[in-house]
Amino acid sequence: MMETLLEVNELKKHFPVSNPIPFKKSTQSVKAVDGVNFNVYQGETLGIVGESGCGKSTMARLVNQLIKPTDGSVIFKKQNLVDMSAEKLRQTRQQIQMVFQDPYASLDPRLKVGELIAEPLVIHQIGDRASQKQRVEDLLEIVGLNKRYADRYPHEFSGGQRQRINIARALTLNPELVICDEPVSALDVSVQAQVINLLNTLQQDFKLTYIFISHDLNVVRYMCDRIAVMYLGRIVEIGTFEEIYSNPQHPYTKALFSAIPKESPFEEKERIILKGTVPSPLNPPSGCHFHERCPVAIDICKTKEPRMITKENTHQTSCHLAD
Amino acid sequence: MSEPLLKIDNLHVEFKTGSIITRAVNGVTFELNKQENIGIVGESGSGKSVTATSILQLIPSPPAKIANGAIYFKGKNLLELSTKEIRKIRGNEISMIFQDPSTSLNPVFTVGNQLIETIRAHKKVSKKHAKQKAISLLDLVGIPAPDKRIDMYPHEFSGGMRQRVMIAIALACDPKVLIADEPTTALDVTVQAQILNLMKELQEKLAMSIIMITHDLGVVWETCDKLLVMYAGRVVESASVKDLYQQPLHPYTWGLLDSQISEEQNSSEPLASIPGSPPDLSYEIKGCPFVERCPYAQEICYQKTPQLNETTPGHAVACHFQTSEHQLERKERGYSDGDTT
Repeated sequence: MMETLLEVNELKKHFPVSNPIPFKKSTQSVKAVDGVNFNVYQGETLGIVGESGCGKSTMARLVNQLIKPTDGSVIFKKQNLVDMSAEKLRQTRQQIQMVFQDPYASLDPRLKVGELIAEPLVIHQIGDRASQKQRVEDLLEIVGLNKRYADRYPHEFSGGQRQRINIARALTLNPELVICDEPVSALDVSVQAQVINLLNTLQQDFKLTYIFISHDLNVVRYMCDRIAVMYLGRIVEIGTFEEIYSNPQHPYTKALFSAIPKESPFEEKERIILKGTVPSPLNPPSGCHFHERCPVAIDICKTKEPRMITKENTHQTSCHLAD
Repeated sequence: MSEPLLKIDNLHVEFKTGSIITRAVNGVTFELNKQENIGIVGESGSGKSVTATSILQLIPSPPAKIANGAIYFKGKNLLELSTKEIRKIRGNEISMIFQDPSTSLNPVFTVGNQLIETIRAHKKVSKKHAKQKAISLLDLVGIPAPDKRIDMYPHEFSGGMRQRVMIAIALACDPKVLIADEPTTALDVTVQAQILNLMKELQEKLAMSIIMITHDLGVVWETCDKLLVMYAGRVVESASVKDLYQQPLHPYTWGLLDSQISEEQNSSEPLASIPGSPPDLSYEIKGCPFVERCPYAQEICYQKTPQLNETTPGHAVACHFQTSEHQLERKERGYSDGDTT
């Protein structure tokens, strides 16, 4: 078994919703992430898929403590990040970096590329000016950009190039875990392929571990060793891609996979069209969160929350019918 | 086949900013027949949306200017019509849905209000009558409890539901042509499947033609009969989807098809991608616009701009080397003629 790099236990994040009556304390909360458990092993890519609003991005931000969880623990290399002191966390976080979705919004337009990439070194006071400059040039070459680009501003670059800059910046401190939050969904297909290839090469060269968040199941299939399917703040199925793709257990996973667009005009596809839309996380349905839209729901689904059961090896699902 | 419903002839659109002229659309020609679905694909900046918005003259002018060309609808050139006349066609006979359902509805009016406004703008009917029509439209696009939903505001709808409302508004006057500009890009896959299904159903029911603009080939395979591939403001290849999938002729189309991730894609092999980026359209392009990124470029490609030529009936390509050599080489590389699985 590979070594566990990250362990997430019963992680919860409830955002309070402001009370419409002024000065009253809020009583309701959006349960964005509601009891999530998973492990990430050294050197693998864990994909997280699900519809918008299911809590994917909130979870990413919880893992590196950009937001504090309501409950639960995040254990990175045997240390719990949740109750760590601020200074210790700052140090540890060097090893967990993030690449965001929108390459147009995630780079400060007033900083030069060189300054953007060197910023982590400046913050953590690593090296002198000259060595920082050298590091920036090395990084630009690693991600396939010309080292003279260090003196340019972000607006001079295309979406794909900006995402390369973002990746370079995430690598500045030699992290072990990189969380990619929809890194390619804002890019055109041809450029998307370039960035995916880059991420793959970097993973091999620098022994990186990825948490890869995406709603594009084709990209996830290509990139990831294991995937976790999320629905309304919970993981409904987790396992290797083959296990889940060839033998999906949860009805939501089945519907999600059936919605992947055709690969050719000749393909005939059986569609499971889900009724309705994702319910509000403010007031999630009782029992299994999915039962209102589930084509095969039975009585027990309305009342009892299903627990995670192991189907085979690493394949786990939470559905009463899979029992 | 009778006269095409809509005919775009040698359309040129320019954007003028200061002294720089950007030629966003450079001679686009195509025809749309009755009940036909045409897909337009291409990268961002390839001129897909500009072409589509030019049809209804929805592009802001200035800075945009339709420099040349004609757009014939039912025998009339839309570019020669007065503002008053084009308004009769816009939203009535040709209507459009946009990419982002959350910004294309007015947040301060109820959806019913916006539907009724569209209906009453084109048809002389009473408010009461229009409201009934609005309710039946919401019902048509699959919104539950339409009589209650009609009095709600856009923020009370989810993304998929808003796109349904947009479709309802677009269909309010039984258009002959529906232009859909990336209608599902902002939506989740499960919702995308719902919306594409709905559009197909409605097309059959209402006998419309659809122009579907997208960058997702999966969407094209789902919905379209014919496909135009655009690059740098030009159509570089056009064919029926099946032809195009089996026998793509333009190197750019190959690149597009290859960079799709398929089921058989081996994760240990790198994905095929097209190196480089599209040319800057504010400079005069000499030769083939794809030449800088084309792995097969020859001397002639730098000198002469290839024209769109029909190689087999219904299949046209703008490339100097239209068939044999490339096709052979492509086959050698193992991309046989796209068998289905």
